[in-house]
Amino acid sequence: MLGKLSLAAIPLDQPIPLFAGAFVGLVLLGVIAWIVIAGHLPYLWREWITSVDHKRIGIMYVLFALVMLLRGFTDAMMMRSQQALALDAPGYLPPEHYNQIFSAHGTIMIFFVAMPFMIGLMNFVLPLQLGVRDVAFPTLNSVSFWLTCTGALLVNLSLVVGEFQRTGWLPYPPLSEITYSPGVGVDYWLWALSISGIGTLMTGINFVTTILKMRAPGMSYLRMPMFCWTALATNLLIVAAFPILTAVSAMLILDRYLGFHFFTDTAGGNSMLFMSLIWAWGHPEVYILILPAFGIFSEVVSTFSGKPLFGYRSMVLATMAICMLAFMVWLHHFFTMGAGADVNGIFGVMSMIIAVPTGVKIFNWLFTMYGGRVRVSAAMLWSIGFMLTFVVGGMTGVMLAIPPIDFVLHNSTFLIAHFHNVIIGGVLFGAFAGYTYWFPKAFGFRLHEGWGKAAFWCWQIGFWLAFGPLYVTGLDGMTRRLQHYDVPEWRPWLLVALLGAVTILAGIGCQIVQLVVSIRHRDALRDTTGDPWDGRSLEWSTASPPPAFNFAVLPDVHGEEPYWTVKERAREQHAIPDRPRYAAIAVPRNSPTGVVCAFFATLIGFSMIWHIWWLAIAGCVGAYLTFVVFAWRDRTEDEIPADEVARIDAENRAARRDIYATMETVR
Amino acid sequence: MTRLPQATLGQGGEGHRTGDAAPGDHGQDGAGVTAAIRSYLVGLALAALLTAGSFWLSYTHVIYGPAVNVALIVLAIAQIGIHLVFFLHLTTAPDHINNALALAFGILVVVLLIGGTLWIMGHMNANMMPAGGMMHTGPMPPGSGMKP
Repeated sequence: MLGKLSLAAIPLDQPIPLFAGAFVGLVLLGVIAWIVIAGHLPYLWREWITSVDHKRIGIMYVLFALVMLLRGFTDAMMMRSQQALALDAPGYLPPEHYNQIFSAHGTIMIFFVAMPFMIGLMNFVLPLQLGVRDVAFPTLNSVSFWLTCTGALLVNLSLVVGEFQRTGWLPYPPLSEITYSPGVGVDYWLWALSISGIGTLMTGINFVTTILKMRAPGMSYLRMPMFCWTALATNLLIVAAFPILTAVSAMLILDRYLGFHFFTDTAGGNSMLFMSLIWAWGHPEVYILILPAFGIFSEVVSTFSGKPLFGYRSMVLATMAICMLAFMVWLHHFFTMGAGADVNGIFGVMSMIIAVPTGVKIFNWLFTMYGGRVRVSAAMLWSIGFMLTFVVGGMTGVMLAIPPIDFVLHNSTFLIAHFHNVIIGGVLFGAFAGYTYWFPKAFGFRLHEGWGKAAFWCWQIGFWLAFGPLYVTGLDGMTRRLQHYDVPEWRPWLLVALLGAVTILAGIGCQIVQLVVSIRHRDALRDTTGDPWDGRSLEWSTASPPPAFNFAVLPDVHGEEPYWTVKERAREQHAIPDRPRYAAIAVPRNSPTGVVCAFFATLIGFSMIWHIWWLAIAGCVGAYLTFVVFAWRDRTEDEIPADEVARIDAENRAARRDIYATMETVR
Repeated sequence: MTRLPQATLGQGGEGHRTGDAAPGDHGQDGAGVTAAIRSYLVGLALAALLTAGSFWLSYTHVIYGPAVNVALIVLAIAQIGIHLVFFLHLTTAPDHINNALALAFGILVVVLLIGGTLWIMGHMNANMMPAGGMMHTGPMPPGSGMKP
């Protein structure tokens, strides 16, 4: 009846996950109880959970990523403190638990922090920058979001029900095969990632369609803001790469559940094929994460330097070049597995070549700042910090792209330092820059600058304290994933790394305080104009927060930087553009399809992990029925009447009139 | 004010502009339907022919035995082409730029992935197999058999 599930699945002998799980469970119950008792549930259901508005979904993605960042960071703190203690000592985390922690840390940080953060920002910003009213498939967007939540729920459930995988963040066979990992840990990974991977793939299809088919009149490809270009490249990569992840997970599922032998060497399979396939997805994944960050930096640097982006076309070319080259370098993740000098040589050279377009971008940002009137706000600080940090990460990457060096440094903490250098210094700094930059657009008030800058300095210094030492220990021969060690020379460096992690913790603390302070002082931080940073692209031409329909009248685009052009003209003519003719606007109706689908997906995932076959069948039937009900719906859209549109837009126009008037005096 | 050609314009939220056509987006008038049905029938016949042909080739000795694999690959690729043209309506018309580019990108990725994987795995097999342990894998790729 319950498959492999029994009370023995709850790790009563391990106090740490049990207490952590109980604590999170209590907090979660408390929040839910508060929502229900205070009567917020109907509002939450109507306006957020069932929302298909790209802005709401984007905000929920980012919130989700921030919460999961706390979970992933807790794992990081445990690893750092364990290694600080475990010189010739067992530390406080037993090996089987420590192995789950580093596996969960990687899985959560990549799939449930970095990915949703970037997807959330794209969700919020893309339609606004393209000058349209929503993404191509609004309900599909909601399904994607809730499937991502299903994945995260399953991974977190593994904390108290069963176990998580101990194989590292990617389940390499033969260790991940049923012979060597008979528990449910690998299954948790496989089903969580299969389900959320489908969500990500649908996001990719959705955004590619949006960018290719739904731009404002006159917005040709070469007039799109840089963020839209990097989003296009990212989503093309998602569409091309995520099916590989799904396929390779499916093969491992077949191996583990039905005794197939795709990856079992002893029975005619080939475990090396797993490395090749997983990294054929995994390397594009790296660019899926970093390209949107490049787009964010382009927007931020250009806005806060008061200049158009330097070398826009070279930037477009560099982005698309990365999009192509991303599929030609995957072997550098397994240089040492024995493909030989010819293969290693080619892939090493390709890996170095892919650094060239990235270098082009760095110079473009520098030249954008050069000669500009740079305003060093918090968002700009993240961007400058990124340029300095990321360049180092890029250079150590080029070092590791040299096969002989990789033979020495592979699997060491040098590698750990390298990829945290590019992912924290690139992706996460980009995410925080975008979060600071677009926050006033999303909520109508700015984030507190002082706390934002404090958070930046803690993160920046903390990053170098935490990962600088790992470069050194890596060169000293320390391998990754050590639960304990017996080399006293590493100890001081690992203590410094722990200090770095604590400094980053202070940075996260600053960010939480920043959010609380900003909400409390929201009236003082209010953005009444819709254009708090003197922006250049279309999202700043609408109110903050934007109305449900984004634009009362679709903007007519006549060049790059459309909103900047409009502002310039308004300044010259001392007037805002004429009042347009308003028409009624159809917006997509909210739908619970996404959350209901995710509910059934959770059932399917959980029951497949525990071999509860009847529940899995029930989940499939439920998911299919949800689809049928959605397909037979009668009304797809709600209409906002023209008067209402005119009324909402009148406020936005009044605010614009004021800012053009004040700008006139400033100049 | 210069207007961009229609093909490069996006479709506005109101749905009154037509940009690049989606696959299978064709006219709804009577003549269009007849033509569409004829194209589907031609496609079905060709696809059936290719499928039957691949079974026939593999069950008879019409062509040299070791070449059957290659012949099947050729027929499979032809089958993909038939599907793209007759069922997914991929053409070279100016309003099909997105579709053609998507196909090109897809082919590039598939070629890189399959070609790259075969190349990598071939070299790994050649370099890493213990002596005499080749029973489950194909022949060594030419030029890579430096070690036993």
